[in-house]
Amino acid sequence: MSKLIFIFLFLAFIPLLCTSFTPERPSDRRVLVLLDDFAVKSSHSLFFNSLKSRGFDLHFHLADDPKIALQRYGQYLYDALILFSPTVERFGGSVDAAAILDFVDSGHDLIVAADTNASDLIREIATECGVDFDEDPAAMVVDHSGYAASATEGDHTLIASDDFIKSDVILGSKKIEAPILFQGIGHSLNPTNRLVLKALSASPSAFSANPKSKLTSPPSLTGSSISLVSVIQARNNARILVSGSLSMFSNRFFRSGVQKAGSPTKHEKSGNEQFFTELSKWVFHERGHLKALQLQHHKVGESSEPSIYRINDDLEFSVEIFEWSGTSWEPYVADDVQVQFYMMSPYVLKTLSTNGKGRYFTSFKVPDVYGVFQFKVEYEKLGYTSLSLSKQIPVRPFRHNEYERFIPAAYPYYGAAFSMMAGFFVFTAVHLYNK
Amino acid sequence: MAQQDLKPSINSFSFPKTLKLKTKQQELLIRVATLALIYVLAFITRLFSVLRYESMIHEFDPYFNYRTTLFLTRNGFAEFWNWFDSESWYPLGRIIGGTLYPGLMLTAAAIHSLLRFLRLFVHIREVCVLTAPFFASNTTLVAYFFAKEVWDSGAGIVAAALIAICPGYISRSVAGSYDNEGVAIFALLLTFYLFVKAVNTGSLAWALGSAFGYFYMVSAWGGYVFIINLVPLYVLVLLVTGRYSLRLYVAYNCMYVLGMLLAMQIRFVGFQHVQSGEHMAAMGVFFLLQVFFFLDWVRHLLSDTKLFQSFLKITVTSAVTVGAVALGVGMASGYISPWTGRFYSLLDPTYAKDHIPIIASVSEHQPTAWSSFMFDFHILLFLFPAGLYFCFKRLSDATIFLVMYGLTSMYFAGVMVRLILVATPAMCLISAIAVSATIKNLTRVVRAKSPAVQSGSTKGTSTAKSSSKGVIDNSQPFQRNGAIVLLLGAFYLLSRYAIHCTWVTSEAYSSPSIVLAARGAHGQRVIFDDYREAYYWLRQNTPQDAKVMSWWDYGYQITAMGNRTVIVDNNTWNNTHIATVGRAMSSYEDEAYEIMRSLDVDYVLVVFGGVTGYSSDDINKFLWMVRIGGGVFPVIKEPDYLVNGEYRVDKGAAPKMLNCLMYKLSYYRFGELTTEYGKPPGYDRARGVEIGNKDIKLEYLEEAFTTQNWIVRIYKVKPPKNRW
Repeated sequence: MSKLIFIFLFLAFIPLLCTSFTPERPSDRRVLVLLDDFAVKSSHSLFFNSLKSRGFDLHFHLADDPKIALQRYGQYLYDALILFSPTVERFGGSVDAAAILDFVDSGHDLIVAADTNASDLIREIATECGVDFDEDPAAMVVDHSGYAASATEGDHTLIASDDFIKSDVILGSKKIEAPILFQGIGHSLNPTNRLVLKALSASPSAFSANPKSKLTSPPSLTGSSISLVSVIQARNNARILVSGSLSMFSNRFFRSGVQKAGSPTKHEKSGNEQFFTELSKWVFHERGHLKALQLQHHKVGESSEPSIYRINDDLEFSVEIFEWSGTSWEPYVADDVQVQFYMMSPYVLKTLSTNGKGRYFTSFKVPDVYGVFQFKVEYEKLGYTSLSLSKQIPVRPFRHNEYERFIPAAYPYYGAAFSMMAGFFVFTAVHLYNK
Repeated sequence: MAQQDLKPSINSFSFPKTLKLKTKQQELLIRVATLALIYVLAFITRLFSVLRYESMIHEFDPYFNYRTTLFLTRNGFAEFWNWFDSESWYPLGRIIGGTLYPGLMLTAAAIHSLLRFLRLFVHIREVCVLTAPFFASNTTLVAYFFAKEVWDSGAGIVAAALIAICPGYISRSVAGSYDNEGVAIFALLLTFYLFVKAVNTGSLAWALGSAFGYFYMVSAWGGYVFIINLVPLYVLVLLVTGRYSLRLYVAYNCMYVLGMLLAMQIRFVGFQHVQSGEHMAAMGVFFLLQVFFFLDWVRHLLSDTKLFQSFLKITVTSAVTVGAVALGVGMASGYISPWTGRFYSLLDPTYAKDHIPIIASVSEHQPTAWSSFMFDFHILLFLFPAGLYFCFKRLSDATIFLVMYGLTSMYFAGVMVRLILVATPAMCLISAIAVSATIKNLTRVVRAKSPAVQSGSTKGTSTAKSSSKGVIDNSQPFQRNGAIVLLLGAFYLLSRYAIHCTWVTSEAYSSPSIVLAARGAHGQRVIFDDYREAYYWLRQNTPQDAKVMSWWDYGYQITAMGNRTVIVDNNTWNNTHIATVGRAMSSYEDEAYEIMRSLDVDYVLVVFGGVTGYSSDDINKFLWMVRIGGGVFPVIKEPDYLVNGEYRVDKGAAPKMLNCLMYKLSYYRFGELTTEYGKPPGYDRARGVEIGNKDIKLEYLEEAFTTQNWIVRIYKVKPPKNRW
């Protein structure tokens, strides 16, 4: 009897057990942090604490710890990975560059911090994401006009940058007032990669060189083509952050005041904390994550979805789009969502109107062309996960009995046919009986 | 199946009660029994393919016919008529009901429902497999009646026997060859027979029958254009040679007008009879006949010949002028479409090669080689001129028709291999006249002076046994012996013909081409069933809506057997779409990837014979892909794939050839494989060379499936790179 009760209870709790693993929450939960040495854990505690306070479960390991593994039995153990180990030459355990890229390609997020003397391994991972670090291992970003005035050393490698990406979705709606302190290696973006973006770029007067040696040749990276922090949103909506400096995340930089050279205002606190808090919210899908549901279409006046349309049918199309707010799904409101009725090229392109509750809808007439069409919603907006929905639907021509039967233009032919019959009848009668 | 129902009825009809028979009855019994045997023979000789392999559909086009027939039996006629097929020609789709000749499918479906009505529950596939043999049997009956109409019943029997086993016909009508031609030859011969009958009798009823025969032909095969041009040509020849008669007038007018109206009911043909250049000859002759009739009538009224002569001049001139102006205006305004490329290529065999590569690329559209004439006709080839001699000797309206049919179809058979089929009935009929007339003459000589041992044996029997029984007579020994020798020679030839036909049927024409057979090292038969393996793999392992790109040859089979959407198929209606696929196949992998993405391609299928030595694979067809692709997209240039005008795949091949998509997909991983003992790895057995690029890396595709003997290779198109 107790067994029965146990089974009954177990069955009753199955739904609960299932919901606890629901994929409906896109925000990451379990994060693996790989470090060069555990000192970073305390020297960067402000950054880690901000993550912890938002509910992330951080697992710290040394990068060459032989026990680390990203997956077990084909299941990934973590939702995201933070690589704060710029100098590691080989990861411990089964982890290598390919494993980390596979981790990303299966939809997980990644934060990579490089630094001067970044190892080839870190460079390789970055290159695979479309970010090329300066090939000179000792190079740093130097800016003789945009340096941070508070810096004591005179080589102007500690720079203050305020050239952010212009996106409220990525950086949050609150404007970052203070410049960002940066000290590290610069990188450029691979021009063939359409997905990588500069989140923080250097000023036009910056260049990348070894500050300890004299410049013998022009630096390979100059000006605002140097990116300091870059973000990538892959096609599967995995997000990657690549930074050229590990110290940017440190408590020291988070807390120190900043005054940009030549600027009269001195900020009590650098913008680093706000910048990385907001950026990590984006990278870990607490913001800017959309989902589309209920792609529906039907003829005007009907409610069920047909398996085929006829040319010139009037149809209604609707889709629901929601945005993840970090805790729940909220209706997404925008006026630029479009639907295509597509067969090799869009035959119909319509902007959807919304009811403010997440539902987008429109109606249009099927074009006068038969073939296999697709309803396509391709929504790519800076900062948001890209939505790519398509639903195939064939469009057929008229059936033989769907044409109009008695068209006025045909009446002369009807007349001709019937008068011919009558004439033949009369002719026959006259011919036979009028001899 | 169905012939078993017919056969007893013929036999029981002729079985007499008593053994004592009158000569006439004897002759009838022999004739009917012979015909019944021929009827059965025509059927069973086409069953080699079923015995050798299994009851299955052959080749490429029959798979489409089978698929549509299946649809017809499942969904009924209205659905079939309005069928929009979204599984082929993605994403354009194809209106099946409006772009096919429905005669074959309707015939098979009718037979199927008749069998069901008789409580014989067979699968529609069995009906489809046996439709062509059944109609071949029926053709022998039509051939008998035709030859009887033209010559006599003896020639009819011979014609039926010849056509029953003639390889030229068997090649398209073995069991499983479920193609339009299977029923179309029956319809063609029936139309001709009924028309000749109508001309001979001047009867409206026969002409009406001929019109319906024509309607069936139009519904079954595009070759009806041959009828609609041959018949007016024949009428024209009769007019020119002064053989105009009222019988001809009745036959042609009834057949043309009703046939045209009926043919318009076929959606695929539509208004072509009044709008297309190919059908204008028939209309011109129709009007010409009216002018002739009118002139005849006027001559009947006018007694003055001089007056009539001038009237004739005026009428003919004005009629020709009006006709020419009407034709010119029609052509200029675009109401009458010009001749199609296919029609041109019939009149000028080099036309297709220069202008329409897609027609020239099909092997059965090539000009016929002499050997295939010999192969398909054997002794008919030299009996044909002899038959023409007899036809000219006994010239009549009917023999003129037969001569014209024979000569024109022989010309077309020389232009295109597949048109040997159309020439076959003419060859058989004319040869039958030669055989029958010769044997009859010889037997007459043999028994000329012999006393009447067998009382009153009629001359109608031309069968072998009865004729050689003459009693020796010494009056004309030389002539008699010569005749006997000649007779024996004739029988020897005919028996050789029978042996040849059987051999050709069993060895050459019974292969389904979807299952390949070869002789192994020890002489045993090896079966390569790779095609079906691949198609079933597609059916089982790919998503329902997956799109498969392949060269168009395999389109019908993929949709019918794999049940997957294809980009192009054997209905080559859209040249641009085919050229796009040809372009993708002949581009580098990254360019091809863009094209495949734009067409939503999920899988690519190639056929490769390098392991088995199967020579009709995609590498050997590849130059046609280049040509067809280059015809629409000039970025593809044929010389890029050739070295000094030579097509090769070994080390000396052109660099573009070694790196194009088709080469990569065919030879991927092939460099590691040793195909033949004593040869280096990567030795291509189909072309007998070691391949030039053994280290092939695929970037945008990945191998999904390769069949047991590597004949079919399927690749999956990868999704776009995640991080780029």
